[in-house]
Amino acid sequence: MATDPKKRTPEEELARKARRSFLGLGIGAAAAVGGWYWLNAQPLDQEIPWPLRRVLGFNGNLVHNALYSGNHLAKEYPASAVRPIKVNGDIGMEKPIDLSAWQLTLKPQAGPERQLTLADIQALPRVEEIIDFKCVEGWSTVTQFAGARLSDFTAKFAPGSQRAAYIGMNTPSGDYYVGVDMASALHPQSLLAYEMNGKPLEDKHGAPLRLVMPVKYGIKNIKRIARIEYTDERPKDYWAEQGYDYYSGL
Amino acid sequence: MIFSGMLIYWAYDPYRIGVGSVTLFHFFPPKFYDWVNKAADATGMPEMAQNLALGMALHFAFAWLFAINGIAYVLYTLISGEWRELWPERKSFREAIQVAKNEAGFKVPLPPHGRYNAAQRIVYSAIILMGGLSLLTGLAIYKPAQVHWLAAMLGGYEWARWEHFWLTMGYVGFFLIHVAQVVRAGWPNFRAMVCGYDLVETAQNAKVTHGD
Repeated sequence: MATDPKKRTPEEELARKARRSFLGLGIGAAAAVGGWYWLNAQPLDQEIPWPLRRVLGFNGNLVHNALYSGNHLAKEYPASAVRPIKVNGDIGMEKPIDLSAWQLTLKPQAGPERQLTLADIQALPRVEEIIDFKCVEGWSTVTQFAGARLSDFTAKFAPGSQRAAYIGMNTPSGDYYVGVDMASALHPQSLLAYEMNGKPLEDKHGAPLRLVMPVKYGIKNIKRIARIEYTDERPKDYWAEQGYDYYSGL
Repeated sequence: MIFSGMLIYWAYDPYRIGVGSVTLFHFFPPKFYDWVNKAADATGMPEMAQNLALGMALHFAFAWLFAINGIAYVLYTLISGEWRELWPERKSFREAIQVAKNEAGFKVPLPPHGRYNAAQRIVYSAIILMGGLSLLTGLAIYKPAQVHWLAAMLGGYEWARWEHFWLTMGYVGFFLIHVAQVVRAGWPNFRAMVCGYDLVETAQNAKVTHGD
């Protein structure tokens, strides 16, 4: 290679520049491919490579701190917009239960467990909302729900437990379970619903009581709730264990 | 981004080209999905086949790179003043038609141009605007309740998803045409794209100039 740049011909000068640039391009491309394989070879944290799990956590915190507000309401629709909704999950509801014997177990942040009946929950102010129920798969259906606000429920039956970081819920069989951050649980549109599209909640939609949170994907909206627990420890979450974002907020 | 977006779309894939009940093309045909599954196996990453959870995790991680890279590029272009070589001028729209005719094989002379010709100015600028729109539509799908105003501006949650999808189809179309044109333009042009210089004939001699 010429040592004095003034002595290089234009062809040499160009070849020199091109060599350097293509070397850079090649290194960049190799780094991208290598990085991709590196990422996919990392140990899994709940079914996804741990760096991705970290980013999901970071995103969740960022959204929670910077974007989320209890005043940000999901859009509500007129009754004419309601459409039939598909039944997409029966995990934890495979076997029928005796609805007349159903009771809800409530574990406040402090103090002993207690049992509640559906009548206890229906005695709370009835709130109705027509919202676009969004599935993590990407589809959504405008649906009407009625029930008690989770915030009213908490104030009445577990006063003081609003200070807990999370609410955990599970089905009678314990096969389906979710964890919800307290801010989202206390959102004014978060309901413990016992009615859907003008009728008592059907079995396949989670009778007698299900969670409806328009600020979360459907995977967090657990059906057939048997137990509600207020806790500072992050409750386990069925779909987060399958690789989904724990926060899953909208 | 495109690959992880496809993993997400795969979980609910209603889009098609068609009129009424007649579908000309469904995104995506079973053969395409089969091919992706095979490619995932062949590259030693079978978990990449129809995996919504992984697709979302990848998408929401690489979206940061997409956003940071895009914002850095736009800022650099603005601050350096190089946007003047990129942003379409008034005459670009007229000249772009000549460029297109010339590309299509008609004997139309190419108007003189700087780093980018008129068609390039328009298309490259459009791609940058589309990138911004991808960010906005993406944010509207990601947090439709928190940025409800943005989702509403874009026509609602479902329209935002549709727009996000078709913007991506736009990139794919641009990419395919662009690669075909680069191949057609030949090696010196590709060398100039990568290293930023080319040889041009001057009155006296060949010189290395800053080309496109």
